[in-house]
Amino acid sequence: MPDVKNILVRIRVNGEQREAMAEPRTLLVEFLREQLNLTGTHIGCDTTYCGACTVLLNGRTVKSCTLFAPMADGGEITTVEGLAKNGELHPVQKAFAECHGLQCGYCTPGLLLSSLHLLTRTPKPTDRQIRKAIAGNTCRCTGYQNIFKAIRTAAAVMEKR
Amino acid sequence: MYAYPFSYHRAASLEEAVKLLQQLGEDARLIAGGQSLIPLMKMRLARPSALIDLNFLKGLDGIQRHNGELRFGAMARHADIENSGVAAAVPILHDCAAGIADVQVRNQGTIGGSLAEADPSGDWGAVLLTLETSVRCFGPKGERTVPLAEFLKDAYTTILRHDEIVHEVIVKVPPKNSGGAYVAFKRSAPVYATVSAAVQLTLDGKDGCKDARVVLGCVGLTAIRARDAEAALRGKPLNDKTIQAAAEAARKVAEPQSDMRGSADYKRALAAALVKRAIGIAARRARGEDLEAGHEYAGR
Repeated sequence: MPDVKNILVRIRVNGEQREAMAEPRTLLVEFLREQLNLTGTHIGCDTTYCGACTVLLNGRTVKSCTLFAPMADGGEITTVEGLAKNGELHPVQKAFAECHGLQCGYCTPGLLLSSLHLLTRTPKPTDRQIRKAIAGNTCRCTGYQNIFKAIRTAAAVMEKR
Repeated sequence: MYAYPFSYHRAASLEEAVKLLQQLGEDARLIAGGQSLIPLMKMRLARPSALIDLNFLKGLDGIQRHNGELRFGAMARHADIENSGVAAAVPILHDCAAGIADVQVRNQGTIGGSLAEADPSGDWGAVLLTLETSVRCFGPKGERTVPLAEFLKDAYTTILRHDEIVHEVIVKVPPKNSGGAYVAFKRSAPVYATVSAAVQLTLDGKDGCKDARVVLGCVGLTAIRARDAEAALRGKPLNDKTIQAAAEAARKVAEPQSDMRGSADYKRALAAALVKRAIGIAARRARGEDLEAGHEYAGR
């Protein structure tokens, strides 16, 4: 049995400095959910496929089921809980609601962050760029048409701001 | 899913990483982006007793051009290469970097980690074997630079010794009249390709083929160089007949296994089709055309 000392993991989550001890093998998604009680980030397939666990780490989307928590130490993380500001939904969230871009909602936190990642870098995405941006997020209810419309809508709203 | 327990260490320099590898013994492993290793650990197909994290090591993610060579730091992420103006000079590199798995995996996975992992279905091995590529390795006795074809020994096996690390991947920029293309067929974005084909052609005039490299991925223990396919093109005019001959030769050299991605026969047929397509794109690029290529999957 290796010497499995717990590690102090310090991250800035949604603008707030948080820290907790964790076994090294703790996945980032488990760290967020179990240690920090941020259960908005979902575990879907747990095999690096579905993207339900997508969060932003230092501004880039990652699958938080495929990162050990200590690897994110010192990093800045945005989860779905960090999108709404002062009780008002983020334009991407609003667009998903208005365009029926979700049904059961399980994949939605990951899709929201993948959408935000796209629109932050590419404010006017082509159809192809939208499809490519969400290729790592699987939805098993809606099909992707309404999700696609939601991202288009959010792009238009965010550009006006 | 939980990996087996392991002790966790961070290396602030290559020297420190080597020292940790020596101290922690044969069961210790380096972790770069972790996009291959972590799934293997979660499925308990890999069971390192210790991980040495390279993500805190500064300055190992550069992408630079020097004297006709592109130099990729081992920790350069696929997304960094996808978005690099420097790497764009060699289109086949962009084909690969822009289509590995999905955005999230590309943001985290690294070129050095991918080569060191040497997964038979990995994308970089096939692509980089079409170019003059070498791997600079750092070890206790200093550095050695090894041609990629020597570096990749077998499935999941490289020439790296236990206390050695990939430092840099060095790619010679091909001449002006050269063009390449990588075409990988996969069932959906996040998965490994079913079969992939990488081709780099150097033209003689408009339609003559001066030199060719043809490499297949996912159909053997490592990426396979299809030398007969290259011979079918080298010194010949590029036309339907020679391209067909090259595709046939590639089909013969493939050694696929039947699995959930498809039967062996299907994969052989796919290999031939992808080689044909990659030759077509490579030739057009060599003539100066700007066109897209890369991973193909449903919903793209």
